[in-house]
Amino acid sequence: MTNTPDAKPMIELLDVSKNFEAGTALHPTNLRFARGQTTVLIGPSGCGKSTILRLIIRLLEPDGGLIQFDGDRMSPKNIAEFRHRVGYVIQDGGLFPHLTARDNVVLMARHLGRTEVELITRLDELATLTRFPAEALDRYPGQLSGGQRQRVSLMRALALSPELLLLDEPFAALDPLVRAGLQKDLKEIFQRLQQTAILVTHDLAEAAFLGDHIVLLNEGRVIQQGLLGDLRDRPGSEFVTEFISAQRSLAFA
Amino acid sequence: MRTIRKAGRQEGKQARRRSTRRYCLPVFLLLFSAVCASGKPLIIGSKKFTESYVLAEIAKHALSDGGLPAEHRQGMGGTIILWEALRTGQIAVYPEYTGTIAEEILKSPAMVSPEAIRAELAKAGVGMTDELGFNNTYALVMRRDAAEKARISKISDLRDHPELRFGLTHEFLNRQDGWPPLAGRYRLAQRDLKGIDHGLGYEALRNRSIDVKDAYSTDAKIAENNLVALEDDLRFFPQYKAVFLHRLSLPAEAIGSLQRIAGSLDEARMIRLNAEAERTKDYARAAGSYFRERGETFASGGSETLASKLLRWTARHLQLAGISLLLAVIVGVPLGIMASKGGAIGHAILAVTSAVQTIPSLALLALLVPVPFFGISARTAIAALFLYGLLPIVRNTASGLQDIAQPIRESAIALGLTSGARLRQIYLPMASRTILAGIKTSAVINIGTATLAALIGAGGLGEPIISGLNLNDHATILQGAIPAAVLALLVQWSFDLLDRFVIPKGLRL
Ligand SMILES: Nc1ncnc2c1ncn2[C@@H]1O[C@H](COP(=O)(O)OP(=O)(O)OP(=O)(O)O)[C@@H](O)[C@H]1O
Ligand SMILES: [Mg+2]
Repeated sequence: MTNTPDAKPMIELLDVSKNFEAGTALHPTNLRFARGQTTVLIGPSGCGKSTILRLIIRLLEPDGGLIQFDGDRMSPKNIAEFRHRVGYVIQDGGLFPHLTARDNVVLMARHLGRTEVELITRLDELATLTRFPAEALDRYPGQLSGGQRQRVSLMRALALSPELLLLDEPFAALDPLVRAGLQKDLKEIFQRLQQTAILVTHDLAEAAFLGDHIVLLNEGRVIQQGLLGDLRDRPGSEFVTEFISAQRSLAFA
Repeated sequence: MRTIRKAGRQEGKQARRRSTRRYCLPVFLLLFSAVCASGKPLIIGSKKFTESYVLAEIAKHALSDGGLPAEHRQGMGGTIILWEALRTGQIAVYPEYTGTIAEEILKSPAMVSPEAIRAELAKAGVGMTDELGFNNTYALVMRRDAAEKARISKISDLRDHPELRFGLTHEFLNRQDGWPPLAGRYRLAQRDLKGIDHGLGYEALRNRSIDVKDAYSTDAKIAENNLVALEDDLRFFPQYKAVFLHRLSLPAEAIGSLQRIAGSLDEARMIRLNAEAERTKDYARAAGSYFRERGETFASGGSETLASKLLRWTARHLQLAGISLLLAVIVGVPLGIMASKGGAIGHAILAVTSAVQTIPSLALLALLVPVPFFGISARTAIAALFLYGLLPIVRNTASGLQDIAQPIRESAIALGLTSGARLRQIYLPMASRTILAGIKTSAVINIGTATLAALIGAGGLGEPIISGLNLNDHATILQGAIPAAVLALLVQWSFDLLDRFVIPKGLRL
């Protein structure tokens, strides 16, 4: 798992753009997401981070350009099969309130015809991996804490061992202590699984802690990408400096 | 001037009659006469007032005595429904009045000769017996004391009393020989007009909330309540000679049995029979008196106990409400799913189901009765209840689904669930509370509305209610109203119980 530029990317955006009536959410953009790496999308609110994830999982249809997954062009035709190879976690978890934690996690695997034994084994592995208390598996989302809900959401996204994990501000609604614990666990999980992931966050410290590669966006455009050190030491524009110093003053004031 | 207007009216009516004849396809007539002929009991209809019930009972026994089993569907919802039922062969016989036949059925008020009427009716496969003997015309009635005080004895006297309050039956308010032409002819200017049920109208007269109402001249209640019938001094009301209308395809001996009743009922006798029926609340018994007076034996059908009647009404009521509810769920939930997607189709579905609810029940029944499959069967009642039950289910299903939060929808899509699985496993369970609430509303509405089934002779708890309204007999009304209310409560409770099984636990925290 090297990060040489010519290694085939897991996912690649080629001139992908998206407009809404109110304006352009994403200008034609090229992005490559390397295998086994965590790429962080960061930038001010409304800059198009969520839009990129939603285009990848095809909750939105791109207006232009194409997206390639493992070399295959994605289209509405092959999207169903593709979705089984991708996990998606959103801010408030998006858990189904009428299903227990257990059923939320195994819903899709069961739908695909896995046996109950397989499901139980997998659930065990996931609970251990995400440090989710086994006795809470039979509770409903309404009976779980915010942090536990995000762990269930993570288990659900990982249930089918996805090749790609998309996380849209998964910790934004949590208190700092719980958030720190989850960040640490997530980092371990990523390392253990060699997981390819795209993480959307507002938080530069989180980006630095979890991300291998950082993509800074503003107003629907990629402003600069690289390691955090590159952005800090060789800012490509005034905006980069401003964005980084604003966050630092918040975090270390 | 009157003749010119009349001629114009007649032309319009003939055009209407032609257009109604078009859907009266001979095929259906054949079909229904075949059904009629096939050993089943002959069905006799009656309108919902005492005299009609009694005449129908008399016809029933006359036919039964002649060896032709007959069944009496009591108190169907008015001339249009009975006529359509007879025209399409769903009933075999019902008592009618010559004036109504000319004005309402043939829409030719000028047609007076029985030959001309018979020839016209024959085109619809319907025959008419000779006159039974009495003339039951419309009359306007007032409390005797009030009439005397105001010196009113003729309808034209009403002209000087524009302050009088009128309570008229809905049928009279709209008839060709009813209020509007009557008011025109007599130049009456009363403004205070209310539509009120016939039986309740007597009550209203008694407690002085109205001053004048329409009545039938042989109505026993006129004498009973110390009312006077005002003289029709301009001879406005046509003759309402009672006759039986029957299918021409009836066996000759059946027609003969009906014909033997003709000429045997004068006004005095009819008033007496009506009074007896109202006093005893037993129409069959009044019919029995008629046969006894003629020196004939009368085999009473054996009176049913109240408990067994209640059981029969309630069972039928539940059957009507239950089947229609089931159909409304089967159709309403998918329609609600379609409606939840919005767009032109979604709006159209909601608009149509809402519009259906605004159709008055009698109008809906009158629309359905001439349709071949429906007729005066329980099917029509079920169809009407089904239509009334749709809206709450469709609307709640649609709004329950629309209320599901966007992140939940997107999670379900992103997981890769097919749209069918999303609906079955995620959206419908999540909307179950709202959908169930809609079904509950619909069930309660159906229990209440199922009383209308009695208007087309389909039975249920409406039977005692309508018959009690007609007799102005509270006990009989309550025999239907109390069980109906209890049923509605039970349905409510059982749905509350059902909530626990149907709504997923995770949504009830
Ligand atoms: N469904 C939509 N309809 C219309 N406009 C939208 C829609 N989704 C996003 N937008 C707009 O597109 C732009 C980008 O939105 P996006 O959700 O990608 O921002 P974001 O970077 O994720 O912001 P945040 O950090 O606040 O979540 C915003 O201006 C937003 O208002
Ligand atoms: Mg966002």
